Amino acid sequence: MRYLLRQLGLYVLAAWASLTLNFIVPRLAPGDPASAMFARYKGQLQPEALAALREAFGFTGGPLHEQYASYLAHLFRGDLGVSVAYFPAKVTDVLGMGLGWTALLTGSSVVVAFALGSLLGVIAAWRRGGAFDTTLPPLLVFLGAFPYFWLAMMLLYGFGFTLDVLPLRHAYDDTLAPSLSFSFLASVAEHLLLPATSIVLASVGGWMLSMRSSMIGVLAEDYVTMAHAKGLSPLRIMFHYAARNALLPNVTGFGMALGFVLGGSLLTEIVFSYPGQGYLLVQAVRSQDYPLMQGIFLTITMAVLAANFLVDVLYVWLDPRTRGR
Amino acid sequence: MTSTKIPRKASAGLVILGVFFLMALLGPLVAPYDPSAFVDIPLQPPSRAHLLGTTGQGQDVWSQTIAGARTSLLVGFVAGLAMTTIGAIVGAIAGTFGGLVDDVLSLLTNVSLVIPGLPLAVVLAAYLPAGTKALLVVLVATGWAWNARVIRAQVLSLRNKDFVAAAIVTGESRLYIVFREILPNMTSVLASCFISATVYAIGAQVGLEFLGLGDMSLVTWGTNLYWASNDAALLTGAWWTLVPTGLSVALVGTALVLVSFSLDEITNPRLRAVSDWARALATRGIRPGASTPVVRDHG
Repeated sequence: MRYLLRQLGLYVLAAWASLTLNFIVPRLAPGDPASAMFARYKGQLQPEALAALREAFGFTGGPLHEQYASYLAHLFRGDLGVSVAYFPAKVTDVLGMGLGWTALLTGSSVVVAFALGSLLGVIAAWRRGGAFDTTLPPLLVFLGAFPYFWLAMMLLYGFGFTLDVLPLRHAYDDTLAPSLSFSFLASVAEHLLLPATSIVLASVGGWMLSMRSSMIGVLAEDYVTMAHAKGLSPLRIMFHYAARNALLPNVTGFGMALGFVLGGSLLTEIVFSYPGQGYLLVQAVRSQDYPLMQGIFLTITMAVLAANFLVDVLYVWLDPRTRGR
Repeated sequence: MTSTKIPRKASAGLVILGVFFLMALLGPLVAPYDPSAFVDIPLQPPSRAHLLGTTGQGQDVWSQTIAGARTSLLVGFVAGLAMTTIGAIVGAIAGTFGGLVDDVLSLLTNVSLVIPGLPLAVVLAAYLPAGTKALLVVLVATGWAWNARVIRAQVLSLRNKDFVAAAIVTGESRLYIVFREILPNMTSVLASCFISATVYAIGAQVGLEFLGLGDMSLVTWGTNLYWASNDAALLTGAWWTLVPTGLSVALVGTALVLVSFSLDEITNPRLRAVSDWARALATRGIRPGASTPVVRDHG
């Protein structure tokens, strides 16, 4: 319990730090931050939108601590300001459109990459020095060195453009209306396949290597030798004795990796015009939509922190030793 | 295997890195055309006049790839060096001083570790004036924490060694002990931190520039990909505007990782023993999984 509380404290602090960064960064920009920010919107914004923006971001002209207080007050009411690119829509509404798709894409690819990578790591460690163990890790390291979005472009070119077997863009067929019908879900899955594959390809190597090294450590334990001596079947030793224990360090890495994979998947979404946060992000960058950019930063940070905490809870549940602490 | 011999992995990595360094250094001398000039009909596939074809804006892809190496590698290595330096200072001070100093610095490190890097980098890069300096600041600000954590852990394990105790007894100041006794004894950790920081910096830089953040008038690997995607390279089938740059990024990344793996193997006798053991088993035709290694490589 103390472990979980300590972790929770860390995440609350991290959340506060990112809220504050979000407040400070615009004010650190060279020149007068408020006018620098608004100069870019010249001619694009109605006066009332400008006033709303000023207020939502706390650019009220008062002393800094008052600005900060008003910024926090707006934030806790769920007010992130008005989007410039999608004016007059609120940032929160714009973000809501993309959140589900990003969660679907990142969630499914992280889970698949984790499961696949861990399995490959188990096999590689079991047959250490074998053909599988000597060829696959370097290959996956090489794949992992490509930028995520570049792999996405290549997959798009190969399967979407040249072979024309999979869709090139969007999250579902434009002719279908979102519903829970089979044809819609099938279309979602079909559109998910290429972007998810590119993220899995780029991230599976890391999982495999860390699983492999922790598995090698576990294989040297006495209880594994004992299991061999008892004459248990290799499969049973591999999964029930060794892999189960070797998985723990990988679970700790899960939360940390999530933030990194999310960054990669934002870029992947852009390649596939996948309507998630990444796609919104590029719109925000192109139209210098600062409120939207900052909104994306905040939602993604909060999501990553929440996921990290869930992983910690899972870890306590998986490893009884942490419960004593 | 003796420790003086350079492992095969490392030599492969060093050769690849050497080629790219030469490319970056000699860039303008080897590049056949001005990388940002309009030299021929846009979107031409590779030919004898243009080894890697031309871009959507009629630039020579081969010249652009060479020119991109200079900026991208420079930014990557400088950022990597800065991240390692900050990480070493923070990690070493946290590890040596302990107590409240350690608590505060560790908290700072952990907080920056859990805040996702790319979204933060985007916000920072959007507000800073576009340019190489701003990019460096953004990369270092989002990437220093991992190094600090790794270095702190290593310092903690060195702190109780006899030579540190001897230095304390001699009456050396704590800062002297950190920078003259402890840090020089973990060169291999610092080197592998530097390598992973550089890999991160190159990747993040390419990603940010691909988004359109940074100085788009420069020729770098990131801007090459940005323009290729802006000119709808894929939908016109112009794979040659994407492949050289992506391959360069991946080759440099892989080469750095290869060097880093070998560093581990050279400096960590346990890892070396494991790979020697595996090799010895393989030459005798024994399946490694069925036996118990003598050396435990954990704990």
